[in-house]
Amino acid sequence: MAAPVNRRFGSSRKAQYSTFFGYAAGVLGAILGAVLVIVSLVNPDAFSGLRSWAADAASPAAGVTAEARSAGGNAVSIVSGFLQTGSRNAKMQRELAEAKVRLVEADAVREENRRLKRLLGLSEENAGTVTAARMTGSTSAGTRRIATLDSGRDKGIAPGMPVRAPLGLVGRILDVGATSAHVLLITDGESLVPVRRARDGVPAFAQGNGDGTLRIRLINLGINPLKKGDMLVTSGSGGLYRPDTPIAMVDRVLRDGAIARVLSNPGDADYVLVERAWAQVAPAPTAAPSTAPPTEAAAR
Amino acid sequence: MFDGLFARGESEKPRINRAPSPVLARGVPWLTVMLCSMVPGWLLIASAPVLPPFGFLAFVAWVQLRPGLLPIWAGLPLGLFDDLFNGQPFGSSVLLWSLSSNLLDYVERKLPWRNFLTEWLVATALIAAYLLAGALLAHLDGGAATASVLAPQIVIATLAYPIVARAVGTADRFRLRPIMVVR
Repeated sequence: MAAPVNRRFGSSRKAQYSTFFGYAAGVLGAILGAVLVIVSLVNPDAFSGLRSWAADAASPAAGVTAEARSAGGNAVSIVSGFLQTGSRNAKMQRELAEAKVRLVEADAVREENRRLKRLLGLSEENAGTVTAARMTGSTSAGTRRIATLDSGRDKGIAPGMPVRAPLGLVGRILDVGATSAHVLLITDGESLVPVRRARDGVPAFAQGNGDGTLRIRLINLGINPLKKGDMLVTSGSGGLYRPDTPIAMVDRVLRDGAIARVLSNPGDADYVLVERAWAQVAPAPTAAPSTAPPTEAAAR
Repeated sequence: MFDGLFARGESEKPRINRAPSPVLARGVPWLTVMLCSMVPGWLLIASAPVLPPFGFLAFVAWVQLRPGLLPIWAGLPLGLFDDLFNGQPFGSSVLLWSLSSNLLDYVERKLPWRNFLTEWLVATALIAAYLLAGALLAHLDGGAATASVLAPQIVIATLAYPIVARAVGTADRFRLRPIMVVR
């Protein structure tokens, strides 16, 4: 139905006032939104408590949908395995993928050993696993890449802890609620991970692109040594991420770096492991990810 | 999908001396928008923004289907709720939903006679502007993303809008089911 062009509701003062206040409140909402945006841009943690509380409140429903999602994913993979060449093929492919990652890890460990023997005297503590948690959701409709875990302070999770899946690094804890936690995925634009090439230790940074790939920026400028298919592992600089966690494979070489594909698709990872921050003291502030306070790396 | 279900329920039940429940009639739009704000996060763990912003789509669909049912200031509380789950800088939904609400009211006054195509065009423009502005605000917050990430999402959201509008229409029929006995 078409509304009347003239919206004055007769001479009723009450109706006029309520219309006026409706419009005033509409404009006020926009102004309040702008103020909130400015506050959260200046102080990104200002509303994280509120968001953690909301994630806690929604976590039962999110857990149920995570179960359903995983069951649905399993059904799809069973049917597709049957239709292709049987479930054994799918299983073998998964084992092969894991074996490839293990191989890279072994390469990295060999490289690590060689270097450590050179640098005798540097001691390292074993980074323990804090807990295993299920990923219950993510911001799939926004440009930020933030996922939700179904465990929080109750399982000993603290902000800044690295999160990994069997296939590789997933991200780090952003904020923690009572029974839920938010994870900044490595593919988010704000995430910056110090990495090195698994084969020979060429150092670089991996920054998220927001679309499931990583932008690799070399630390030493010059001739770009990266090749397509190179495996990248975390270097442990900055003390947050444990060294030699597989992270990505180079997909496309650019002039001053590369675009790399992440090894552990968070959508496939049912359960993830939350680990302690690796080093006792964060030594090089330049290498630390920008938003992680060094005190969290030290508070272990 | 639900049309048949609700239509059968309506035809079988007596309709004389019945009126819609005021709680449902008022509450269903708010509840559906809030539910739609929460749903995209649960559907999949995505490594790129692939799902349309269902909450915003439902909000626009309600405002276009029933102008005036959601007050102009509805963008404030509903946007605040959406902000709890969207991962954007807090307040971006409050700002953008309030602006959209004001804009839709303006369009409604200027174009009182509309058909589905014009509504879809208006919604498409609004969705594209919403997603671009959201990406800009997230960029200011440090989460840089390229425009190539946004293009697929805009297309998906545009195509999803008629489906969401259809679902909102179903919810509207559910909202106005005469279930209260009038004496």
